[in-house]
Amino acid sequence: MSFNPAILTDNWREILDGMVLTILIWVAGTAIGLAIGLAVAVIQLFTNRWLAAPLAFYVAVMRGTPFLIQLFVIYYGGPFFGLDLTPMVAGTAGLALYGGAYFSEIFRAGFLSVPPGQIEAARMMGIGRLDIVRHVQLPQMLVIILPALANMTVLLSKETAVLSVITVNELTSVVQSIGSTTFAFAETLLFLALVYWAFLEIVTAAARRLEKRVGRFMLRTQS
Amino acid sequence: MTAHPVANSRPIIDVRGVWKRFGAAEVLKGIDLAIRKSEVTCIIGPSGSGKSTLLRCIAFLEEYSEGEIYIEGELLGFALENGKRRRVSDAEVARVRRNVGFVFQQFNLWPHMTALENVAMPLKLARGIAREDAAKRARAMLEKVGLGHRAEAYPSQLSGGQQQRVGIARALAMEPHIMLFDEPTSALDPELVGEVLQVMRDLAAEGMTMAVVTHEMGFAAQVADTVVFIDRGVIAASGSPDEVFRKDENPRLRQFLQNYFERNVFWQGSGDVAVP
Ligand SMILES: Nc1ncnc2c1ncn2[C@@H]1O[C@H](COP(=O)(O)OP(=O)(O)O)[C@@H](O)[C@H]1O
Ligand SMILES: [Mg+2]
Repeated sequence: MSFNPAILTDNWREILDGMVLTILIWVAGTAIGLAIGLAVAVIQLFTNRWLAAPLAFYVAVMRGTPFLIQLFVIYYGGPFFGLDLTPMVAGTAGLALYGGAYFSEIFRAGFLSVPPGQIEAARMMGIGRLDIVRHVQLPQMLVIILPALANMTVLLSKETAVLSVITVNELTSVVQSIGSTTFAFAETLLFLALVYWAFLEIVTAAARRLEKRVGRFMLRTQS
Repeated sequence: MTAHPVANSRPIIDVRGVWKRFGAAEVLKGIDLAIRKSEVTCIIGPSGSGKSTLLRCIAFLEEYSEGEIYIEGELLGFALENGKRRRVSDAEVARVRRNVGFVFQQFNLWPHMTALENVAMPLKLARGIAREDAAKRARAMLEKVGLGHRAEAYPSQLSGGQQQRVGIARALAMEPHIMLFDEPTSALDPELVGEVLQVMRDLAAEGMTMAVVTHEMGFAAQVADTVVFIDRGVIAASGSPDEVFRKDENPRLRQFLQNYFERNVFWQGSGDVAVP
């Protein structure tokens, strides 16, 4: 068996399209997922149980069922509920809902990591609940939860590979079909591995830089 | 000792028949306590007797189970509707206690903000004061507690005594009418206690109304107008420092003071208070 990376360069156009689509869905899904996660955690922790209970159910369902099935339900089941989504939109929404459930758990742990005395101090000063979240809790907990958020973001990049089941031409499906038509399995698999690994490195580097910025007060502690 | 210029006016804090239960545990059992303008009330008592709980109820950091607490004439935390009490909104609670400052045993500074930001942020967020004005006022407050030169330091770079003084500056910046202190020096190394007590003495001398939970009997003897001894959820003795430290014959109080002196007399000096 020969090793012929030219297979990849010959098909660069398709591969690039697949990669762009993957990155788009990944970035959008992660961003929306983070927003969902934060909102769910805030509502669960700071409002009443009538709002919290359905959200706990949502989190349990997303964590307890395979992503593949969630995508099927959204894309093929959506029309029964009047939701006729394009594959791209369904994929992004699916990824965001799936990631949001996990992100909410991370945020929740983060909120609980801030000592309650600091929140009492803020309440005594008359600072509003959302301002306390924004100015007291988030900046401190971000340092602590950044590695977990980055980890989940990397996992989501790999989950995008499932999106081909709802006909999204994302990177993995494009490269795999090139591999099976040209029998260049080794080249294509190695290429995919390298790309997802690059995603990991990019996210990790970004998280480190962010950690340094938001964690200034902790770094100075050690000096 | 501070005078009471308006001793007969309406109290700033009026605690009437307050009970506090945590589940089945009765922690406060019918507390009555009035604190008037410019008075310093020191609250002493054994560990677990309910001192913090009382202070936290006055700040509505705990919801009291029964009774009434009035802050400058307004019922705190509840509204009375044909004899029954109803919990009011958080915003309403915040409004009624807006003139109450609280200083915590563990300081509770925000570690990701400098000393200056700790003092200035609440001014901006809770009082809507513009950035520069807030910073100016914060700086003045830090100078007042002797920390003008440490404004840019993070809490982790400050000693415990300095952190507590920032905590006091932060509360003072809101221009409270009464300051509540829950064991403000208990978390400090002994050599740092003095600087915090000095700031509190200065405040008392300026006429600030204060309620102080403390184990610093010297401070209580010198600064308090009223000393309140809480034991097992009730006020077992109260009066002037002289009455409580020398005269009151409540056996639990005498025992408490005896224990205190046995622990402290050799470094504290017993000049202020008679050993029972
Ligand atoms: N949140 C709480 N839940 C249950 N019990 C509590 C709580 N806070 C205080 N207590 C109990 O109330 C009693 C009085 O506590 P506290 O007011 O902190 O005493 P002190 O400040 O006088 O040492 C203690 O027995 C304590 O265990
Ligand atoms: Mg206490």
